[in-house]
Amino acid sequence: MQLAVVASLLVAVTWIAGNTAANLESRGIASGFGFLSSESGFGIIQSLIAYDESSSYGRAFVVALLNTLVVSAIGILLATGVGFVIGIARLSSNWLVARLAGGYVEVFRNIPLLLQLFFWYFAVLRNLPSPRQSISVMDSVFLNIRGLYLPRPVAGEGIGWVWLALLIAMASAGVWWRLARRHQDATGERRAVFWPCLAMLAGLPALVLVLGGAPLHFEFAELRGFNFVGGIVLIPELAALVLALSAYTAAFVAEIVRAGILSVDRGQTEAARALGLRRGLSLRLVIIPQAMRVIIPPLTSQYLNLVKNSSLAAAIAYPELVSVFAGTVLNQTGQAIEVIALTMGVYLVLSLSISALMNWYNQHSMLRGRG
Amino acid sequence: MNWLRNNLFNSPLNSLLTLASLGLLWLLLPPLVGWALVDADFHGSSRADCGSGGACWVFVINRLDQFLYGLYPLEQRWRVNCVLLAPLLFIVLARSRRAGRIRNWAAAIGLFIVVATWLLHGGWGLPVVETTRWGGLMLTLVVAAVGMACSLPLGILLALGRQSELPVVRAVCVAFIEFWRGVPLITVLFMASVMLPLFLPEGVSFDKLLRALIGVTLFESAYMAEVVRGGLQAIPRGQYEAAAAIGLGYWRRMGLVVLPQALRLVIPGIVNTFIALFKDTTLVLIIGLFDLLGMVQAAIADPAWLGYSVEGYVFAAAVFWLFCFGMSRYSQALEARLDQTTHERN
Amino acid sequence: MRHQFLLGLFLNLALFLNLALAANGAHAGATLDAVRAKGFVQCGVNQGLPGFSNADNKGVWRGLDVDVCRAVAAALFGDAAKVKYTPLSAKERLTALQSGEIDMLSRNTTWTLTRDAALGLNFAGVVYYDGQGFLVRKGMVKSARELDGAAVCVHTGTTSELNMADYFRKHDMKYTPVVFEKADEALHAYAAGRCDVVTTDRSQLYAQRIKLKDPEQHVVLGDVISKEPLAPVVRHGDDEWFDIVKWSLFAMINAEEMNISSDNVDTIKAKTEDPGVRRLLGLEGDKGKDLGLDNDWAYRIIKQVGNYSEIFERNLGSGSPLKMERGINALWNQGGILYAPPVR
Repeated sequence: MQLAVVASLLVAVTWIAGNTAANLESRGIASGFGFLSSESGFGIIQSLIAYDESSSYGRAFVVALLNTLVVSAIGILLATGVGFVIGIARLSSNWLVARLAGGYVEVFRNIPLLLQLFFWYFAVLRNLPSPRQSISVMDSVFLNIRGLYLPRPVAGEGIGWVWLALLIAMASAGVWWRLARRHQDATGERRAVFWPCLAMLAGLPALVLVLGGAPLHFEFAELRGFNFVGGIVLIPELAALVLALSAYTAAFVAEIVRAGILSVDRGQTEAARALGLRRGLSLRLVIIPQAMRVIIPPLTSQYLNLVKNSSLAAAIAYPELVSVFAGTVLNQTGQAIEVIALTMGVYLVLSLSISALMNWYNQHSMLRGRG
Repeated sequence: MNWLRNNLFNSPLNSLLTLASLGLLWLLLPPLVGWALVDADFHGSSRADCGSGGACWVFVINRLDQFLYGLYPLEQRWRVNCVLLAPLLFIVLARSRRAGRIRNWAAAIGLFIVVATWLLHGGWGLPVVETTRWGGLMLTLVVAAVGMACSLPLGILLALGRQSELPVVRAVCVAFIEFWRGVPLITVLFMASVMLPLFLPEGVSFDKLLRALIGVTLFESAYMAEVVRGGLQAIPRGQYEAAAAIGLGYWRRMGLVVLPQALRLVIPGIVNTFIALFKDTTLVLIIGLFDLLGMVQAAIADPAWLGYSVEGYVFAAAVFWLFCFGMSRYSQALEARLDQTTHERN
Repeated sequence: MRHQFLLGLFLNLALFLNLALAANGAHAGATLDAVRAKGFVQCGVNQGLPGFSNADNKGVWRGLDVDVCRAVAAALFGDAAKVKYTPLSAKERLTALQSGEIDMLSRNTTWTLTRDAALGLNFAGVVYYDGQGFLVRKGMVKSARELDGAAVCVHTGTTSELNMADYFRKHDMKYTPVVFEKADEALHAYAAGRCDVVTTDRSQLYAQRIKLKDPEQHVVLGDVISKEPLAPVVRHGDDEWFDIVKWSLFAMINAEEMNISSDNVDTIKAKTEDPGVRRLLGLEGDKGKDLGLDNDWAYRIIKQVGNYSEIFERNLGSGSPLKMERGINALWNQGGILYAPPVR
C-alpha cells in the first residue's frame, strides 16, 4: 500500500517534471535563478532600503519582501488592538455598545476582503484632493490623493546622546517595573507602573534633546513641480491595504477574544470581584491572562491569514511580494516557475515560522498557567 | 424605563459609553440613510437621471443583468435560471425519507454537476456558451458550488490520510495540507493560470475557469481537511476500536462508524470554511475571470457611468453579505441544534 | 480489503499517468498538424483594447490583432471565422503561448531580443510600428522632458515599465512609478488624479483616451520614447506554422501595395496581367503550395479579411472612433516604413 503511494507519487512527480523539462527544452526557455543578479531596470514606489533602477532583481525581491512585512506588521498591530476592543465591547453590559460591536463584526467578516480593499482604495481614498488642494495641518503635514506627507526627522550632530538617553530610560523603566512587581508580590500593594514608565521613556530623551541644543530638525514636505518632495510619505495604497486588512481581521479577532473570555469560568470573575478588584482590573489581571490560552491558537491562524491576505495588494498598486516579484519581475524575466516557486516558498517559511513562534509562546504560557 | 436603566445607564462609565455610541450613530446613520434611500435615484436610464445628490441606484439597476449573468447570451439565460432552481430540488430531497443515505446525496450531487455543466456550457443539442462569457453572480456561484462540492470529499480523504497509521500516507497528506495552508490563494491562482500549462504535455490545455476551479478546490480542501481532522480527533477511541472489533474493514469502519459522527460534530466548521470559500471566489478576478466583483469593477470603469463606484461596491457588498450572513446564521442554528441533541443524549 | 482497493486505485492512476506520459512524446512539436487536426486557430488576444482586440456587446471579437488571427484562419482553412479567441492579460500571454495553450499570440506584443531569444518565441513580422508615449492633462506640460518629479501610472507586464525607467534615468529626472495589474486600472488611477501622467504604447493611449470622461481634456504628448514594433508571435519548434502566420500578414501588406482590396479582388483576379499580382493571387507559380497551403490562400485572406489598409481604417483609422493617422505605419512608398517581403 505504502509502496503504491510512493510509486504513484514518483510517477506523478516525474511526469510533471518531465513535461516541464520537455516544454522548457523544446521551446528554448532559459531556466535557473541566475536572473536574480541581473539589473532590474524598473522603479518601486516604496522601498525601505536603498533601491533604484540599476539594482538587481534580487534586491527588488528584498524590497518587496520588506514591504510585505511592513504592511503585515502594521496590520497585525492594528487588528489586534481594534479586535480586542470590539471583542470586549461585545460582552459589555451596555446593550447599545454590545450591539454596535456585534454589528461591526457581522458586517466586516461577511464581506470579501478584496471588495473591502477595493472600496477603501477606489471609492474612499480616490476622493482625496489633488496635490494642489492638499489638506494641510500647520503646513507640515499634508494629505492628498498621492499620500500622507509627514515631516522627516533629520539627525544632527550629537544625536547619539539622545539614543543613549532612550536606552537609559528603557533600562530604568524595566527596573521600575520589576521593583513594582516585587513590591506587589511582597505587600500586595500596587504601585503605578504605566505613567512613571511613560514619563521616563518620553521625558529623558526629550530632556537630553533640549539640553543638547536640539540636534534634530525636521525636513518638511513641500510642493515642487507636480508633487510634494521630501518628508516621509505614506502612499494611499499602503493606507488602503492596512485599513482593509485590519478592519477585516479585527472582526475575526473580536470573535476569538469574545470566545476566549466566555471560556473563562464565571467563578473567576466573581472571585476577582469578591477580592475587591474593580471591573477593569479584574478583566486585565484575572480574565484576560486565562483567556489568552484559548485565544492564542486561533489568533495565530488569524495572523497567518493576515500575512497571506496582504498578497491581495497585487490588485491595487502596493508594491509587495506578489505584486512586484510575481508581477513585474515575472513579466520582465519570463521565469514563471522560478519566480512563483520563490514567492510561495517565502510565504511558506513565513507561515511556518509564525506558527512555530506561536506554538512556543503557547507552551510557555501554558506552563506558567499551571505553575 | 427600567430596561434603559439596567442596560444603558447602570454606571457612570456605561452612561458615558451609551452617549458616545448614540453620538456615533447620530453621525453615521442620518447621512447614510439620506444617501442610500431618501436622496437616492432609482428610475432612469442614464447618468442624467442621477441628479439628486444621493446614491445613483439607476447605475446598478441598469447593469443588473450583467452583474447577475455576466456576458452570458441573453437568449440562453433560461439555462442559468434552470440551474439556479436546483437547490430547491435538494431541499425536497433533504425532506424526503431517503435523505439520510450518503450514497443518495452523492448520487444527487453527481447528477446535478453533470446536468448543470451541460446546461451552462452546452453541447448535445444546446448551443455552446464559452466560459469566457460566463460572469457576474452566476460565475461566483459556479466557483463557490464546485469548490464546495469538490473540496469536502477531498478534505475528508486528506484528513483520513493525516490520521492514517501508514507513515508515508500520513507524511504525504501532512505535507500537502501544510503546503496549501501556507501559501496565499492568489499565488495558487497565479500558478494555475500561468504555470499549469507548463506542467502538462503540449496540446493538453485546460479552460481558464477550470484551472481556477482546480486551484480553489485544492486550496480549500486543505482547510477542510483540518476542520474534519478536528472532528476525527473528537471521536472517542472506543468507537474506532468497537468498529474494528466487529470486523469491519478500514473504509467501512470510517464510512459507517467514525465519519458520520465526526462530520456531525464539525458541520459548523465546514459551513465556516464554505463561507471563507465563498468570499475567496472574488480572487478569480485577479486572473481575469469576471465574477460579481469583477463585473462591478468593469462597470464602474465605463465612461458613461464614471463616478458611481461606491454604489457598485455597496451593491456587491450587500450581495456577498447576504450569502455569507445567511450561511453563518445557518451554521449557528445548526450548532445550537447539535448542542441540544448531544445534551439530550447525555 | 482496503489495501487491495487502494492499491488498485493507485495502480490505475499510475497506468493512466504512464499512458499520458507515452502520449506526450507522440505529438510534441508540430503545431501546424495540431491546428489542422482540430480545425481552428486558437489565438491569444488582448482582453479589451479598442482598435486592437475588443469583444463587442454581442461577444464578437474585433480589431487589428483579431484580423491577423482571422487572416491566418482564412489562409489555412478557407474560413476567417475558424478562430477561437483566448483573452489574455499582459502577464499570462507569453506563458500561454510557450505552454501550447494557444497556437499564436496576436496581442499588441513588442518584439524584443529577450522575448525572441530567451523565451523561445518567434515574431512573425510587424503589424504595427508603435512607440511609447505619455498621456497628460491638457495644458500641463508641452514635452515629456518637463515631467521631472511626476507620478506615473503604468501597467505591469509590459515593456513600458522598463522604457519609462530608462527614459527618466537617461534624462536625470525623478518620478514615482505607480504600477497596476491592468491597463484600465492604471488609466483610472490617472483619471482620479493619483498620477500626473499615464504611459504606454501611443496607440493604446489613443484608444484609452476615448475611455475617459472628457477625452478633449487630455492629450497624448508628441514624444516617442521607445520603439515598439508590435508583432504576432508563435513559439519555437514549428517553422511551417511560423511561415504561415508570417506570410498571412505579409499578404495583407502586399495586397495594399498592389491596390487589391476585398472589393476589387475578384475583378482583378479575373483579368490581371501583372505577374506580381498573379503570383500573390495564386494564378502563377505555386507559392501557396510552398507554404503548405493551396494557391488561393492570399485570395481568401484579401476576400474575407481585407488588405492592410482596410483592416487599419476599419479598426484604428477613419472608420473607427479612434481616428488614428497611418503615420509611420503607411507603406514604405507612401512615406511610412511598412514593408513586406515580395511574394516571389
